[in-house]
Amino acid sequence: MAKIEESLFSAEGFDKRMAAGKFWKTMMTEYWIPKDINFLWAMGVVLAVTFSILIISGIFLMMYYKPDIGMAFDSVNYTIMQEVAYGWLFRHMHGVAASVIFLIIYIHMFTGIYYGSYKKGREMIWLTGMLLFVTFSAAGFSGYMLPWGQMSYWAAAVITNLFAGGSLEAWGLVEWIRGGFAVGDATLTRFFMLHVFLLPLVIIMVIVVHFYTLRIPHVNNQESEEIDFDVEAEKYLAGNKKESKVIPFWPVFLSKDFAVVGVFLIFYFYLVFYNYNFAMDPVNFDPANAMVTPAHIYPEWYFLWSYETLRGPFFDMFGMKAMDIGLIIFGFAQASFMLVPFIDKDPDILPAFKRPKFHIWFWVMIVDLLVLTVYGKLPPTGANAWVGFYATAGFLVLFAALPFVTKADAKARGAL
Amino acid sequence: MRELKILGVVTFFTAVLYWGVEPFAHTQLHPHVHAPDYTYEDTDDVRAGKTGNVAAGKSLIVDQYQCQSCHSMTVDGKTIGASMDLGVMTPDLTTAGLIYNDRYLAAFIADPAKAAQVAHKFEDGAMHPMTKLDLNYDGTFGDDDAQAVADIVAFLKSIAPAELTNKEVFADACQRCHSIKYGDYYGGSMAAKGDVSKYMGTTPPDLSQYIRSRSKGYLHEFINEPAKHLEGTAMPRVGLTHEAEDQIVTYMEEVGDSKKAEREDLGPKFLAYLAIFAIFAFLWKAKIWREVH
Repeated sequence: MAKIEESLFSAEGFDKRMAAGKFWKTMMTEYWIPKDINFLWAMGVVLAVTFSILIISGIFLMMYYKPDIGMAFDSVNYTIMQEVAYGWLFRHMHGVAASVIFLIIYIHMFTGIYYGSYKKGREMIWLTGMLLFVTFSAAGFSGYMLPWGQMSYWAAAVITNLFAGGSLEAWGLVEWIRGGFAVGDATLTRFFMLHVFLLPLVIIMVIVVHFYTLRIPHVNNQESEEIDFDVEAEKYLAGNKKESKVIPFWPVFLSKDFAVVGVFLIFYFYLVFYNYNFAMDPVNFDPANAMVTPAHIYPEWYFLWSYETLRGPFFDMFGMKAMDIGLIIFGFAQASFMLVPFIDKDPDILPAFKRPKFHIWFWVMIVDLLVLTVYGKLPPTGANAWVGFYATAGFLVLFAALPFVTKADAKARGAL
Repeated sequence: MRELKILGVVTFFTAVLYWGVEPFAHTQLHPHVHAPDYTYEDTDDVRAGKTGNVAAGKSLIVDQYQCQSCHSMTVDGKTIGASMDLGVMTPDLTTAGLIYNDRYLAAFIADPAKAAQVAHKFEDGAMHPMTKLDLNYDGTFGDDDAQAVADIVAFLKSIAPAELTNKEVFADACQRCHSIKYGDYYGGSMAAKGDVSKYMGTTPPDLSQYIRSRSKGYLHEFINEPAKHLEGTAMPRVGLTHEAEDQIVTYMEEVGDSKKAEREDLGPKFLAYLAIFAIFAFLWKAKIWREVH
């Protein structure tokens, strides 16, 4: 190690010890992003901002929240909502951000699918992203239990009960997860631990890896043009900024992100102040009661599509029970989008509008997920059950068709 | 232009998603019922056009001990009768003439279980704790009974105060069965005034958060006629006037959504600040990108 003479408390001394300048260059001023992007490329930073809001509001909420079935409801709805200065604001911010972050996650995810940003070198970005989706889902579910309202209790009862499906029951898995034979105090305290400690820790670590996996392969662009980042970066540094196809992360890329974040925050705080019931279900303002089942039990909107794949097969088929088939499809749905890079058989990275058949596949998938989402909330009776059944079947068919659809596009282009 | 088109697509699908899981889903989950009726025209018109006489009503209650053998009330500044526990605490009648609709009140005096729509609870020999008014015990509701009901209602209206606070209306109309503990969390004064769990079959819910868990529209529909939303419910229709019901819902909002004013005051300030932030962010972005485009 070279001997450093400069004081730690001087700019040079600090830089020599910490390589701050080099780090700043690598992560900021010489982290190259394609210039040909649109506002959908800002969703990563929007997510980072929303996650920060969740962390900060969560810290304030945790100061007054009591993870005990006798005290949880009142600590949230009386202490935090009515007594603590601006406690209601932190709770509304936390509840609405938890819901809105999933909207942005879905937009971020389908942007990746639309522009083909998940394959041929970017698989790790996709997989860590999907891992974040799963951990955020777990955080959303565990957090929903904490106010100990009717929907907290019954959603917990229904979802943990999934682990009693088929042969899983024999393992005592559901009792192990609940910490008892029924959802109760032990369940609440362990979900509290998951929500405020383990899951945020895992999420932060996976976010770091997600950023890292992006640094080397670089982000995609609107036309999926293959860019030689070294050549374009030289042009930029030589002063040919207009000619260069790349821009630095700071300040050029982030200046656009901040503008998008500005608009997003107006939308978000409008919801926080004026339209929050979609994220804070009214039913959950009734205290948990094991003796009274709510008329309708449904998860938060962002789980509805996969919940509907669970309910979709509502009659026994192929010698199997409807519940078991539903569980298998539900299990597949959770992991399904992880498969996309591997079942897309097109060797080229191209946006959907340059892949005619995939383009159709993409929009049919969006519509199918919308149908599953809407019908996932409705009572599964009469015609609703059949809509759910066909939308679930459609979801499976779409995944089975993806290799053929992508191959056909590649053949038509002459790439295969 | 391309960005606006993309924004249009994202906004469209987000809007469809929102419509599907919120307004549309709610029309499917909560059946529509007809609007509250504060005239109570569907209850029997037991007075049959008879005009009530205040003095006659007073005589019936004060001298002939109608009502006051089970109910308390304040007459000429003096409390007469006494409230008692008949499974449910009998209400003090001082404010009845103000908070209850007079047509409903008359129908209730004539046949409590029927007017309150809880007759299904009193089959197989069980009796409503309040008997039907029957002056000469002939088992029928005759002309003299109709006149008596009209007189009693007229008298109750005459002794009622001109106005009550929101909390007082809640206490008189709801609190014999329902607690609203957030109304006095540490003092406990907003607990239910008696244990009606045996009488009702279950402990009636605490109403602290009902303003959040039910919409205002639902609360009005439900309070006005519980059976409309909850067939076979043990909760009686109580016959509140429109004004009294408004006061109750307002009180529930004051207790259950106590920070509403602060929220409505802070919202525009946040949004104005963010609008300014967004404008500056766009200007800065434009300045930076001018160099690269």
